[in-house]
Amino acid sequence: MADIKATAASKDFWSGAIFLIVGLAFAGIGQRYPMGTTMRMGPGYFPTVLGGLLAVLGSILIVRALLRPGPSVGNLAYSKLVLVTLSNVLFALLLRRLGLAGALILLVLVSAYASKRFRWPVALTLAVGLAVGSSIIFVWLLGLPIPIRGTWLGG
Amino acid sequence: MEIFAGLAIGFHAALTPFNLLYCLIGVFIGTLIGVLPGLGPAATVAMLMPASFVLPPVSALIMLAGIYYGAQYGGSTTSILVNLPGEASSIVTTLDGYQMSLQGRAGVALATAAIGSFFAGTVCTVIIALFAPPLAKVALRFGAPEYFSLMVLGLVASVVLARGSLLKAVAMIVLGLLFGIIGTDVNSGVQRYTFGFKELMDGIGFVTVAMGMFGIGEIILNLEREGVGDRVVSKITSLMPTREDWKRMVAPILRGTALGCFLGILPGGGALLASFAAYSVEKKISKHGAEFGTGAIEGVAAPESANNAGAQASFIPMLTLGIPTSPVMALMIGAMIIQGVQPGPSVMTDQPALFWGVIVSMWIGNLFLLVLNLPMIGLWVRLCLVPYHLLYPAILVFCAIGVFSLSNSEFDVHLMALFGVLGYIFGKLECEPAPMLLAMILGPMMEEHLRRAMLLSRGDPTIFLHRPISFAILIVAAIALVTALLPAIRAKREEAFKKE
Repeated sequence: MADIKATAASKDFWSGAIFLIVGLAFAGIGQRYPMGTTMRMGPGYFPTVLGGLLAVLGSILIVRALLRPGPSVGNLAYSKLVLVTLSNVLFALLLRRLGLAGALILLVLVSAYASKRFRWPVALTLAVGLAVGSSIIFVWLLGLPIPIRGTWLGG
Repeated sequence: MEIFAGLAIGFHAALTPFNLLYCLIGVFIGTLIGVLPGLGPAATVAMLMPASFVLPPVSALIMLAGIYYGAQYGGSTTSILVNLPGEASSIVTTLDGYQMSLQGRAGVALATAAIGSFFAGTVCTVIIALFAPPLAKVALRFGAPEYFSLMVLGLVASVVLARGSLLKAVAMIVLGLLFGIIGTDVNSGVQRYTFGFKELMDGIGFVTVAMGMFGIGEIILNLEREGVGDRVVSKITSLMPTREDWKRMVAPILRGTALGCFLGILPGGGALLASFAAYSVEKKISKHGAEFGTGAIEGVAAPESANNAGAQASFIPMLTLGIPTSPVMALMIGAMIIQGVQPGPSVMTDQPALFWGVIVSMWIGNLFLLVLNLPMIGLWVRLCLVPYHLLYPAILVFCAIGVFSLSNSEFDVHLMALFGVLGYIFGKLECEPAPMLLAMILGPMMEEHLRRAMLLSRGDPTIFLHRPISFAILIVAAIALVTALLPAIRAKREEAFKKE
């Protein structure tokens, strides 16, 4: 048995754990669907087999990580991950409320904040520029059915 | 001759002003985005796909194909100028291409890449015209077991060619197949894994996943490494290769093209393997082998011809069998389905204008690349230098608007964000996203063919071994898998991927 700490930090262990959990979840939920027979496969057959297979592969990875931990995952860039993801989620939530222009300005500002080189004046200029440009290209020229000004702004 | 008739239909379809324009737009935009740092062909095609939906099928596919090889060419440009490969298949080009630029011969390197690509593209167009029709005829006789085996082969190949651990690549395939299942089961109408979201009834959109994993996931990974060395671009002086250069590039271009055409036809072969193989072959054969790595023109000519040939040859299985051999081909298949064209061997007979039009347009597109891009190198250089902190918010804007516009749904944007997180995590864990995306598209088709095959054989799984074609395909798949597992080859494979 190798060093448990090294195992718990290893890439193999974490990928194995993810595959194991997702595989079990797919196989488990798959039990709700009719299984059928090998000749007439029901909707539950394929996912159950694949889910089981994924769980087995995940387990092999975990065992391998226990025997030989391999490289560790290292630090995750949480703040960048959260900011970039948040910028998309905010865009989706506020698109109809703020309109395309407002939602885009928010998207650009929040995501740009993730960079080490973030500067307010640059980011603001970029945000306004992209919002204006996208409004012209996507809404006026390509005719996408998105309001430029949303319901909160009286659009 | 059937081929000439076919090519005539193709020229007729591709040479309309409308389609020429879309070919040009595709090539131009593809290069433009391919040159920008951090965006490979898969992300570029995914990002621009929504724009193609408003076009008729022929124009849409012509434009998307143009974007693909434009982006590929753009990737080579950044390899040579700034030592940053735009995608995996131009990694080896950096070895000698960037050295050439440091010696002030960037213009010659770019010209060599363009000439090699154009030559490879021309040869490949002829090869496709020669081999696609007979292959499609054979494929018309394929039944469910053959298709299932063929897809197994495609997935096995993508595992063998994935970077890093084989075990993880297999797991990513299975994960992709499972993601592909989400949605309404076509046989029973049962909603699987939709958790009551009506947006999931039609399944997870592959464009959403591709943009999330290749676009957003990549951005987060890039931000993490931000500021590790800035890009310096060398001056471009002369584009024209000297007489000596011409003499030295002929043989490598020929060999690279041959290798690329051959490897590209194999499922999962494609551009990546072709460029690696061409480089190492050239290094062994060439009289100037010792100069490799210090700016040998052969080291640019061979892999650049090979990756273009490979990229183009990978259209053969896509157009004739409806089987994607790379994530980009998977996206093309998705685009065809959205356009109402059922991919498979019947495309050639049912939609000759589409089939031949796309083939001919590839040659025209390569011509555009040669004629238009060389004079525009100055513009590409400036684009290479766009700082990443200004670029990535713009990419996010395009991804968000593009995904939203797929079906005017905020849900897709959330889904894309989720796959962005997954893309980042898998990137950190060294699990390749490409096999997963491939499997996701193949998942529903595979299940369907498996069910039909089982119905045919009354539940006897040995049917895959009793049918000769299916058996032969599975043998090839088994050989591919076994060779990848052999220690000697495994070491070679790891070494090849380490070169980055």
